[in-house]
Amino acid sequence: MNIDLQAREIQPLRQTFARVAAYTGDKPASRYLEATLGAQPAANFHYRPTWEPGFELFDTGRTAVRMADWYALRDPRQYYYATWTMARARQQDAMESNYQFVESRGLVGKMSDALRARACAVLMPLRHVAWGGNMNNCNVCARGYGTAFTAPAMFHAMDHLGVAQYLTRLGLVMDEPGVLEAGRNDWLQAPRWQVLRRYVEDTLVLQDPFELFVAQNLALDGLLYPLVYGQFVDEHLALQGGTAVAMLTAFMPEWHDESARWIDAVVKVAAAESPENLALISGWYAAYAQAAQAALAPVADLALGEQGAGALQAVREALDARARKAGLAV
Amino acid sequence: MSSSISNVFIAFQDNEEARPVVEAILADNPDASAAHTPGLVKIDAPGRLTIRRATIEEQTGRAYDLQQIHVNLVTLSGHIDEDDDQLTLSWRH
Repeated sequence: MNIDLQAREIQPLRQTFARVAAYTGDKPASRYLEATLGAQPAANFHYRPTWEPGFELFDTGRTAVRMADWYALRDPRQYYYATWTMARARQQDAMESNYQFVESRGLVGKMSDALRARACAVLMPLRHVAWGGNMNNCNVCARGYGTAFTAPAMFHAMDHLGVAQYLTRLGLVMDEPGVLEAGRNDWLQAPRWQVLRRYVEDTLVLQDPFELFVAQNLALDGLLYPLVYGQFVDEHLALQGGTAVAMLTAFMPEWHDESARWIDAVVKVAAAESPENLALISGWYAAYAQAAQAALAPVADLALGEQGAGALQAVREALDARARKAGLAV
Repeated sequence: MSSSISNVFIAFQDNEEARPVVEAILADNPDASAAHTPGLVKIDAPGRLTIRRATIEEQTGRAYDLQQIHVNLVTLSGHIDEDDDQLTLSWRH
């Protein structure tokens, strides 16, 4: 008996979900698009939230920014849960081996006490800034609209929490646990931290999610990360024998560069949507970048001494260039 | 074949990982054509075909190591010129 085996191709009736095909047409879509497009709940909200009866549960009216299509705010990194966790797991592995390298060679002990104390004085209060970033991005996710915009905001919130945890761990490696308490006391009481604390606490109560996005992710983080991790840790400390600190904070500048692509893309698309959006976002940027620069001036002075003001001005100019590139009127 | 140029080809498993690579190849090589057979995508191009890392990274939004194509690569024909940024198939020596 002969058995004739033939390969038969079965054409699928649909290439992707109908909610995705509505945006991309019926062709195979990436996992990112399938996890994002059409995922925002948009109808059949029976009750308004008791805590904010002026709005629906998910409502485009919570921000003054107007978008015809909120799914236009795509993430160029194409993060959905799986890709994001895989990327962060790889970075966590790299950080673990950095820790192993530093601890096995006793690199922290080779730093001078004065240098170690200064690194802790600058970095420990920043745990609370990172926690503020976590709260604020949770808020962007909670109050924003459109999965393309809110899902990466939640990832960004958890990344901020990760930064806070890395700083905690750094403090415990560099010194006794009391160093965390000292950082908290500085954050609450030392006059030089109060301007930044005021900025962070003022943003905690911002109601407009897009305004909050600009204030936290573009203005504050856009100045803080290049200043602290670029100028202070990677340049200043490393030159004086503090390479260990640069290794133990390696995640932060890497993450900042990566997430800046997302932030710039969101700002660029939203600002290009209409002249009203452009004016609104440019106004927010101008106000918050100015305030954040003022808030960071005492920190720059603490970290870099007399070079602090120049370094802060340099990162501000770099951030202005970034904002201009994203299409804002600066 | 009537043309004097022979085709080069490369074939991948037809899956989620290979899709951005296939799309990048089709974007970079206007003369290339893809044929989907069950489980397999075969891309033919007259004379020459280039895979560029930068184009794949644009498609995926992430860093890409060109060696990753070997996970899903099934077969190819042509002489290979390869470095970190590109892989070119052609019949030239």
